[in-house]
Amino acid sequence: MYPRIVPVGDSAILIELGSEIDPEINSQIYFLVAAIERSQLAAIVELIPAYRSLLVNYDPLVSRYGEMVALLDELVAGNAASEVDTGTATIIELPVVYGGEDGPDLDTVADNAGLSIRDVIEIHSGVDYRVYMIGFAPGFPYLGGLDERIATPRLKTPRISVPAGSVGIAESQTGVYPNASPGGWQLIGRTARQLFDVASESPSLITPGSLVRFVPVDAHA
Amino acid sequence: MTLVQDRGRVGYQQLGVSVSGAIDTDALDIGNRLVGNEFDAGSLEVMLGGMVIEFSHSTVFALTGADVSAVLDGVPIAVNVSYVAHSDSRLELGIATNGLRSYVAICGGLSVSRVLGSYSTHVASGIGGVEGRALSEGDVLEIEGLNDASFSGQIFPDGPVLEGSNELEVRVVLGPQDDEFSAVGIDTLLSYDYTVSDQSNRQGLRLDGPEIESKTGRYDIISDAVVNGSIQVPGDGKPIVLLADRQTIGGYAKIATVVTVDLPSLGQVAPGSKISFTAISTEDAQDLLAVRVECVENAELSRLVSPRSVWVDGDEVAVGVAENGVVRLADVDGITYPISVEKYTPR
Repeated sequence: MYPRIVPVGDSAILIELGSEIDPEINSQIYFLVAAIERSQLAAIVELIPAYRSLLVNYDPLVSRYGEMVALLDELVAGNAASEVDTGTATIIELPVVYGGEDGPDLDTVADNAGLSIRDVIEIHSGVDYRVYMIGFAPGFPYLGGLDERIATPRLKTPRISVPAGSVGIAESQTGVYPNASPGGWQLIGRTARQLFDVASESPSLITPGSLVRFVPVDAHA
Repeated sequence: MTLVQDRGRVGYQQLGVSVSGAIDTDALDIGNRLVGNEFDAGSLEVMLGGMVIEFSHSTVFALTGADVSAVLDGVPIAVNVSYVAHSDSRLELGIATNGLRSYVAICGGLSVSRVLGSYSTHVASGIGGVEGRALSEGDVLEIEGLNDASFSGQIFPDGPVLEGSNELEVRVVLGPQDDEFSAVGIDTLLSYDYTVSDQSNRQGLRLDGPEIESKTGRYDIISDAVVNGSIQVPGDGKPIVLLADRQTIGGYAKIATVVTVDLPSLGQVAPGSKISFTAISTEDAQDLLAVRVECVENAELSRLVSPRSVWVDGDEVAVGVAENGVVRLADVDGITYPISVEKYTPR
């Protein structure tokens, strides 16, 4: 059944490589992104990777649907044959001050888990998180790999404003708010690094397909 | 509400940046053509009319999209025609009658900072336009580049005519997740009228109507990318058509996608209007798009009677034939479109 290639209206095509959230399928998505970018197909407008799929926006006045499917089929077939090497992903280190004003819900997360605050920080900062995709808001990463021991339900009442750089937990997800926004995640810390800068050529510090590592620090640099 | 918009912020969706841009792209493109701009120029998108522009320099402008009974220095003007405004001109937009959104294109384009390659305002993320927000009274916008009087007096002959109808037929291509829906569910979408809810905005049109049945009773998918015109169906079974300000990723199954040529009209339907959907093939949708390009981007513009461009007093500009201080531009279907020019001196 996979890969599955289907039209999305008249100017986009969806390529699905699997049916679940899985690091290997997600890696394949980013290999496919790289392969399509290398191919420099004239009709390609924009690629939007997600957990297990890739949306290809194209200009149908340059290449019609049938032609695009044929070109993409070939790239997908070549992609499947390539070795997945997860060792090459970029690691982005984010210094985080855990708890206190920076992480007002750290106690809640610890209580919910039946662990000490120290344990929660150690568990949360102890793994590298895969950036499955970016969405919801500019630069907002969907991270995979949170230890189930510290999974925590969302706040019952979302905050009206969450400060930029806040690191949060919602169920078994963790993430960082690039900009101040409303939000219902349990806030456990904050990074002072600027995650999204519209004035920059590469505006997002965190890029899809990379890894994020949270590094506990005592104070913001 | 008035926003600076262009064709949208393309290229940063994989970083979570919404495209935004004009909703009625036909009106946007026609406006820019009439005043001699490139297609990527920034224009004003005016929701429901009711605004006044005071010009401090002479320039050429065009009003497109919804008819707002606009008046330039006390004289009514038409949509889809370019006019000269003078250094003390006042353009008043009245109430929108046959649609929701009007566009004001200005020769040279609006000079606001480009953010990630686009002038478009995305209010939800505070990006683009003027400080990432809607315009407010007293804002002063600069114009990019030089004005060229020769662009005035142009008319777009076959502009899409907004009928102000409260019934709209919209063509869709089924998918990408039509397989999540039962045959009955798909038939429901294609057989019944849906009513535009007043909860609709630039992010999407919320529709009221019969519930669309999914195969499993669930409507969630593993989140993936959406496009302009994606029809997603959340748990209540009521479709939402995503528009320019949509987020880049969505978690609801998408039963169908509105074809590109029918997207502009979705920006002009008022709450309470009825929408019916018809499925067509991807290939047919692409044929329609090719026709649209011929009709909007390549159609030849007409001129209102023997145009003359004249520079007066260094910057005052007039085009057409002068009569008693009023420049009369040709008869178009029996209607004369005048522009007042106080300081015009016939040669």
